[in-house]
Amino acid sequence: MTPEAAVFFIFALITVGSAAVVVLARSLIYSAFALLFTFFGVAGLYVLLGADFLAATQLLIYVGGILVLLLFGVMLTHKLYDLDLRSEVTQFLPGVIVAVGLFLLLAVSAVNTQWMGGSGVPPAPTTAAIGRLFMQEYLLPFEAASILLLVALMGAAMIVRRRKDA
Amino acid sequence: MITVQHYLVVSAALFSLGILGVLTRRNAVNVLMGIELILNSANLNLVAFSRYGTGNLQGQLFAVFVIVIAASEVAVALAIILTLYRLRRTPNLDEADILQG
Repeated sequence: MTPEAAVFFIFALITVGSAAVVVLARSLIYSAFALLFTFFGVAGLYVLLGADFLAATQLLIYVGGILVLLLFGVMLTHKLYDLDLRSEVTQFLPGVIVAVGLFLLLAVSAVNTQWMGGSGVPPAPTTAAIGRLFMQEYLLPFEAASILLLVALMGAAMIVRRRKDA
Repeated sequence: MITVQHYLVVSAALFSLGILGVLTRRNAVNVLMGIELILNSANLNLVAFSRYGTGNLQGQLFAVFVIVIAASEVAVALAIILTLYRLRRTPNLDEADILQG
């Protein structure tokens, strides 16, 4: 087994194992902390794929932003003395059947398809090239995404604000 | 030798687990975690094809856009969940039936 394969399987195991904990854990806090390891595992896979900028972005935004927001959501939607923070499970057996069927379908079709042959050479550091693409070819989507982010955050603040007249 | 198929299978597992979380959990925050798993699996696919497919960076650019969408989606969804919690005192999605006729 090459070192690359060993590292890949370690990160894949971390990712999928902790994703299973996210889905199956009884406690919401356990789910949130398992999600942390899933994000780390995906960031490791990005590094293995040569996407250094994206791995750093993944850590900064997912771990630093989204996970903290989700933890806020857990804390704000439970009473503070409610210590066990359980999450009920419904329709477990049909859900498992759908998920396993979907996984088998996707995995079998992914393995059996003849994908176009790649070079397999990892690209050089990507940050400068990504920045150049954002500022030249993809300037319009970049600006649209920034406006979308602004609108979404302002809208979120408007939704949760307590109205004085209500 | 790690090929694109390895990454696709990992991504398929992540996607199926996310679907399982969305389908079987009653807590709204937990459903949101399942959606995050699904978005991460899509990102993994994009980056894997960017590396093994054409070899250019467009897949990684799309992944950055997906991360932006995920961030705004989580902010709006948490705002809705908090408003629902204020209204009904529960994060349980089955109780959100106000619009039901």
